[in-house]
Amino acid sequence: MISGLLQYEFLQNAFLTGMIIGVIAPLLGVFIVVRRLSLIADALSHVTLAGIAASLLLEKKFMLFSGLNPLYMGMAFSVGGSLFIEKLRTVYKHYQELAIPIILSGGIGLGVIFISLADGFNTDLFSYLFGSVSAVSRADLWTILIISILVIAVVVSLYKELFLLSFDEEYARATGIAAKSLHFIFIVMVALVIAASMRIVGILLVSSLMTLPVAASIRFAKGFKQTIFFSILFGEISVLGGLFLSYYLDLAPGGTIVMIAVLILVLAIWYKKQAAARSI
Amino acid sequence: MNMTTNDYIVQVEDLYYRYDKENVLENINISIQKGSFLAIVGPNGSGKSTLLKLMLGLIKPQKGSISLFGQDISRFREQHKIGFVSQKANSFNTGFPATVFEVVASGLTKKLGLFQFLRKSDHEKIKQAIESVGMEQFLDRNIGELSGGQQQRVFIARALVSEPELLILDEPTVGVDAKNVNSFYEMLDSLNKEKGITLLLVTHDIGTISDKVTNVACLNKNMHFHGSAEEFEQLKINEVSEIYGHDVHVLTHDHHHHHHEEAHIHD
Repeated sequence: MISGLLQYEFLQNAFLTGMIIGVIAPLLGVFIVVRRLSLIADALSHVTLAGIAASLLLEKKFMLFSGLNPLYMGMAFSVGGSLFIEKLRTVYKHYQELAIPIILSGGIGLGVIFISLADGFNTDLFSYLFGSVSAVSRADLWTILIISILVIAVVVSLYKELFLLSFDEEYARATGIAAKSLHFIFIVMVALVIAASMRIVGILLVSSLMTLPVAASIRFAKGFKQTIFFSILFGEISVLGGLFLSYYLDLAPGGTIVMIAVLILVLAIWYKKQAAARSI
Repeated sequence: MNMTTNDYIVQVEDLYYRYDKENVLENINISIQKGSFLAIVGPNGSGKSTLLKLMLGLIKPQKGSISLFGQDISRFREQHKIGFVSQKANSFNTGFPATVFEVVASGLTKKLGLFQFLRKSDHEKIKQAIESVGMEQFLDRNIGELSGGQQQRVFIARALVSEPELLILDEPTVGVDAKNVNSFYEMLDSLNKEKGITLLLVTHDIGTISDKVTNVACLNKNMHFHGSAEEFEQLKINEVSEIYGHDVHVLTHDHHHHHHEEAHIHD
């Protein structure tokens, strides 16, 4: 593996990308989970699929688009979907969760239409659905790196505002925090991170990388910063362990990454139970 | 005239608020003097929370004026001078992974401003605020592990950390054990007397008003009484119960026939 890492550019791309998304997906995931927006990640990943499918369709039908990286269109769709969710949440004030199934099914519907219009793809759609060790290009890596730097910079500089908005939105508004703009920035970041993570984890499993490490971490973490720390730690273990296994066992990395995250979650729940039993 | 505006932290004049074609608040006049401890009492649905929201600038009145620290509310930008403790039950997720320290630190968010981080002196302030509500031994506990009364103290500390001159508490004793209500008021009293913080407390439960309160206002759509705590005690008991009767006999009473009583807070 080590020699492979030194030898093959595709492996370097996959591992570096994996290390990056192992940080940013759980980082945003903490805010998503505590704000009870876990399903938004799912909805946006399905919209991303529509973007990927649209891009692949254009690539197939028009020479002009042959060089277009599907990642860009996936991102554009994801960000568009996030804005649409926000719009729907204000339309259905009393049924805010309705926005999620609407966007989710809309994304799948659109994706399926594009896929059938293209009459199947040359590119392996499978790798977009479940992730791939070999599909990450240098261009993908650079795009994902830029997004991550942006996201980390925003989270660090707006940390206390994001914390307050997540903890107590009413109080945040009462103290004069620009809750609406902050929420907008947040949801766009989520959309970008989902599109960025999709190459490795796959569209169908992206949301689990944002939620499972956090679910494990809040079982025992003291405080918010510790929750973030453990979420990122578990995210990294899942991604790197998952990539390693998928390379050796020739499996789609999405599956191995998620199963390691599930294992960590089970251990965290078990650990908490043991700790509770000992304290009695 | 200028002297008095400086003395009053909050001045509400001829305030009306309408929601769905119905007046929630009518002809409200209330002034809060610096250093006082005012309790606004009124039954559920009397417009208390609406009045607080108006004072905090969360909603705008159709008629009337509110001035804070001598400035019209539309021009008021010193939100850090006002600490707000909302009814905790409906505003936060008890499973939230945040320590007492982190929750109290979040009270500095607006005062510090965008792109600013906590400094060492801020850490001291946060610890002091936590000490002033007697929660120093719970610094690193997650907020969800505390009892209702303890959580309420933490939220007061969060409001205190930005060193407000006015502290507004919405139904603070809801969720506090009856046996702890007294010590809760002791704590408020020391904030009021020792730190000179003006307190505004809103409650539906007339029985929980303590002798620490200096002024009382009775609200039920109109302001039925606004005066010192001594004057309030002298009110005939049936007058008070009449105010409270409104939510029960709302159809048989005509609110407009109650004339507005105005008593001065200080002579």
